[in-house]
Amino acid sequence: MHIPDGFINAGTSVGAAGVALGTMGVAVRRTREVLGERQVPLAALTAAFIFAAQMLNFPVASGTSGHLLGGVLAAVLVGPWTGAICVAVVLAVQALLFADGGLSALGLNVVNMSLVGAVGGYLVFRAIRRLLPERFVGTEVAAGVAAFLSVPMAAAAFTLEFAIGGNAEVAWGDVALAMVGAHLLIGIGEGVITAMAVGAVLASRPDLVHAADGTAGPLEIRPTEVAR
Amino acid sequence: MAAATSVRHGRTLWLVGLLVAVALAAVLSSYASSQPDGLEKVADEEGFLSSAQDHDLADSPLADYGVRGVDDDRLSVGLAGLAGVAATLAVGGGLLWLVRRRDDGSTTAGPV
Repeated sequence: MHIPDGFINAGTSVGAAGVALGTMGVAVRRTREVLGERQVPLAALTAAFIFAAQMLNFPVASGTSGHLLGGVLAAVLVGPWTGAICVAVVLAVQALLFADGGLSALGLNVVNMSLVGAVGGYLVFRAIRRLLPERFVGTEVAAGVAAFLSVPMAAAAFTLEFAIGGNAEVAWGDVALAMVGAHLLIGIGEGVITAMAVGAVLASRPDLVHAADGTAGPLEIRPTEVAR
Repeated sequence: MAAATSVRHGRTLWLVGLLVAVALAAVLSSYASSQPDGLEKVADEEGFLSSAQDHDLADSPLADYGVRGVDDDRLSVGLAGLAGVAATLAVGGGLLWLVRRRDDGSTTAGPV
């Protein structure tokens, strides 16, 4: 899912970089309101875990592989905006240290995986939560379903960028079908890993999970949630 | 006392999580699928893979998740993974620490 340099033209890449910077601006402002000192280690660990998981490409059908994007995982664990920062940090480390994801495409990748993957995925998670309350569907299942959907969502975001500024003369409709199709399969892995990871944290420390409804523990977690 | 216990549990969770991340990045990463990822596969099939350019930092010492100069593949990937986990933890932790909530005498924050 990491876009290399060259796929998307300069103008679109710059535009995406602007959107990415704006996203990070909002994310920093919202994080300043909610992220308590004691939550910083878990949020940093979430980023490190996503980095690690992204090294593990798992095979999907027909000679293709996929890896965790981690947006919904981060958003459910530490909140959508802090989660967006976590994913962006991973993307920056990958681009700057490991030559993975083009430098000129960093904004595009942040838009697809941080804004769409984490914040967009979290909106889907909230919608699922509203339709199916906690007593019908556990937080980890809702997170898994949202994570599954977040992958074709990110693929669709790439397609949009390609339609606006793809450097190759390829019909974007074909790209849309192929991208969403391939990433529905990868999304299954995303959903399973996310559900398992959220379930594991919920089982040991539900009070540390941002999105765990009504399980606020001894540490004060979301003091501004009411005010909002 | 409850708070002390939960802090300890928090530390346990954190250490277990770190251990899992290190195991994934340093050990299991060698067994990752080397097939093209979804985007690369689609780019190949739809005929725009050739528009990709080489990465500006393709010659960097950790490029493509390997340590330059380390010949053993498994060791090279494993060390790169370890470096990545450490870098992400440091950069992420540092940035998030800078943008954390400041509880300067606000009434909502009780002793924890």
